[in-house]
Amino acid sequence: MVDATMKSDAAALRADKRGSLQKTFQRKSTIAFLMTLPLIVLIALLVLYPAIYAVHLATLNKTMERFVGLSNFTFLFKRETFWMVVWQSCIFAITAVFFKAVIGFIVAHLVHNIPDKGQRKWRGMLLVPWVIPPAMSTLAWLWLFDPSYSAFNWIFERIGIDPVPWLGDVYWARFCVILVNVWIGAPFFMIMYLAALKSVPDQLYEAAKIDGANWWQTMRFVTIPMMRNIIMITALFSTIVTFANFDIVRVLTRGDPLDQTHVFATWAFRLGIEGGDIPLGAAISLFMVPILTIGAIFILRDIVKRGNEA
Amino acid sequence: MIKKTISRRRFVATGAAAAAGVVAAPYVSTAQSAGSLTLGLWDHWVPGANKATEDVIKAWAEKEKVQVTVDFVTSQGNKNLLMLAAEAQARSGHDIVALPTWQPARHANSLEPVDDILGDLIKQNGAVNATVEYLGKIKGKWAAVPATVGSQMKGPASRIDLMKKLANVDILEMYPAGGPPKADAWTMDAFLKAAQDCNKGGHAFGIGLGTTSDSVDTAGAIFNSFGAVLVDQKENITAKTENVRKALDYATRLAKEYPADSPSWDDASNNKWLVSGRGAMIMNPPSAWAVAVRDAPQIAEQIWHHGMPSGPNGRHAPFLPYFWGIWNFSKNKAAAKSLLRHMSTRESAEKMVEASKGYDIPAFASFTNFKTWAEIGPPKGTMYHYPNPHNHQILSIAAAPTPHRIAEQIYTQGLMTKMIVRHLRGDSMDSVLTWTESELEGFMRT
Repeated sequence: MVDATMKSDAAALRADKRGSLQKTFQRKSTIAFLMTLPLIVLIALLVLYPAIYAVHLATLNKTMERFVGLSNFTFLFKRETFWMVVWQSCIFAITAVFFKAVIGFIVAHLVHNIPDKGQRKWRGMLLVPWVIPPAMSTLAWLWLFDPSYSAFNWIFERIGIDPVPWLGDVYWARFCVILVNVWIGAPFFMIMYLAALKSVPDQLYEAAKIDGANWWQTMRFVTIPMMRNIIMITALFSTIVTFANFDIVRVLTRGDPLDQTHVFATWAFRLGIEGGDIPLGAAISLFMVPILTIGAIFILRDIVKRGNEA
Repeated sequence: MIKKTISRRRFVATGAAAAAGVVAAPYVSTAQSAGSLTLGLWDHWVPGANKATEDVIKAWAEKEKVQVTVDFVTSQGNKNLLMLAAEAQARSGHDIVALPTWQPARHANSLEPVDDILGDLIKQNGAVNATVEYLGKIKGKWAAVPATVGSQMKGPASRIDLMKKLANVDILEMYPAGGPPKADAWTMDAFLKAAQDCNKGGHAFGIGLGTTSDSVDTAGAIFNSFGAVLVDQKENITAKTENVRKALDYATRLAKEYPADSPSWDDASNNKWLVSGRGAMIMNPPSAWAVAVRDAPQIAEQIWHHGMPSGPNGRHAPFLPYFWGIWNFSKNKAAAKSLLRHMSTRESAEKMVEASKGYDIPAFASFTNFKTWAEIGPPKGTMYHYPNPHNHQILSIAAAPTPHRIAEQIYTQGLMTKMIVRHLRGDSMDSVLTWTESELEGFMRT
């Protein structure tokens, strides 16, 4: 009898478990988790694993035989070239993002004012620099700046201007690297800003007009506040991507002359792969992670806060 | 498929015998031992040059009944370096890999020593040049076998007409085809004078001051010609010695005659400078000439490859060898060694040199008299002196004889060209040398 009772209890327990399992699988959050699981696995494999491995590499000595803690970072902090690369990366990223934002903003307004009929054509054409793979378009720029065959210098010579050492002089080389980055990246800002502009309700402009607002006041009190979130997100995204840029500098200057166009990624490649010091290369490539993370947290927090207020 | 069951005792006995065989015997081709090999070789610039290597390997594979797979990996974008780094990390990949200049030293711990192969090859063919030994023999052991494919000299490729007209230098008289060089007057001073004259005449020497190998090799050869060593073999920093000062002073005076944007030059810039007709000389293997033959035949007809000028420490020519190495995690080392012996014979080397149109140079001095170099043109004989057949130059590499760990950093970071650019733009000699010392201290890390 006792035995029979125990058996029925166990069966009830099993049925309960089955029921709760069924309930779990029927829950929306579980289904959502299962459906995103392939992506989570993919990110873990392609993003998390390399990131953790890079951190591991950055803690090894040059021959990767022993753990050295943060020695690679303390070594870098003592190197003059490292601080030069930090400075250059900041100049490169800040200047390029600023000009991309300004140009993108102006062009977005110009395109926004084109009648709908012809707008698609312009949008498509203006996106071309952004959709061409950067390594390819940078190669074309390299030919334009080439010492022997520079098209710019060819034109200069014909109008009596001395040829410019585009990539041979430190300042010109930095200018060229930033120019190409702006050329490639400005269309992204343009398309984001254009989307933001299109989402501003016309009633706001009408109200501003009724209140007697001039062009500048409309821009300051209507357009920019309505675009603010997009401006912040675009600037954040672009800053991260620009800080991590590799292809433009690598193809155009390789960090020359005198290492004065290097950014973190190209210098990490120079030391890590070309110079055979993979741990030091990993340490360089990781240097910006905490700074960019803190920046991203503040900007995203601000956006969420204002979203909640709205 | 025949399946057999064997007793444990029998299995252990067979295994022990097989292991003893692997250790003691050279590679023996039998139906059971043939196996397979994979090779990751350098993808040659010269169209069709890979074919000769493939044919040499194929002939061996058929004879030895080994299944061989060859991957030709480009050095564009340092893809070959990435492959080597990845395979060494993963301890998995090809059995045999092509290793550029500094890679045998970098990966010595992951490479199977090949002293047995080199011992036999040196007995057969005579000594290899000192640069090959410096780069391939690590801590007294040969880490890799010097390869014919990819090994190159970066001496002057001059315009016969412009050198005669602008600098009054008769290249053909100094370096006659088929005969020994008469280059006693071809000194660093004569070289500087010719550079000044050609620059004045609107055809500057196309020598770069960037950080890629063509630029670094020329700077290195100049430093070597003055006996200027930045770090000695005992790892003492010697950047402020008299020889370094003299070399830097000379290199800077010479650099004043280079094109204005030479600090940004890469390994293609000098080729374009010559092929476009703007330059009277570049420092390069015959690849620039080969492009000129195709694209600018009238310029190609005027190009002559010859020796370096001599300095107080001798006549140093930049030599960049490639190597073939066997990973120590390879599953078929015996077969790999057998194949490398086959690829290193005089006959194989000659085929490779011919297919590369003379670009490749074997490491053995006795292999520098192949008919390809004597016959190729136009102009006929342009490459006769390219492989240094009369041994009148010291083949060396920038940063040697500094220990590899430091030398590789000096080389890959273009320290010498940076020193020249700094001095050229107005930094004082002392400030450049102080900066150099600081950089070298950074290169010392272990």
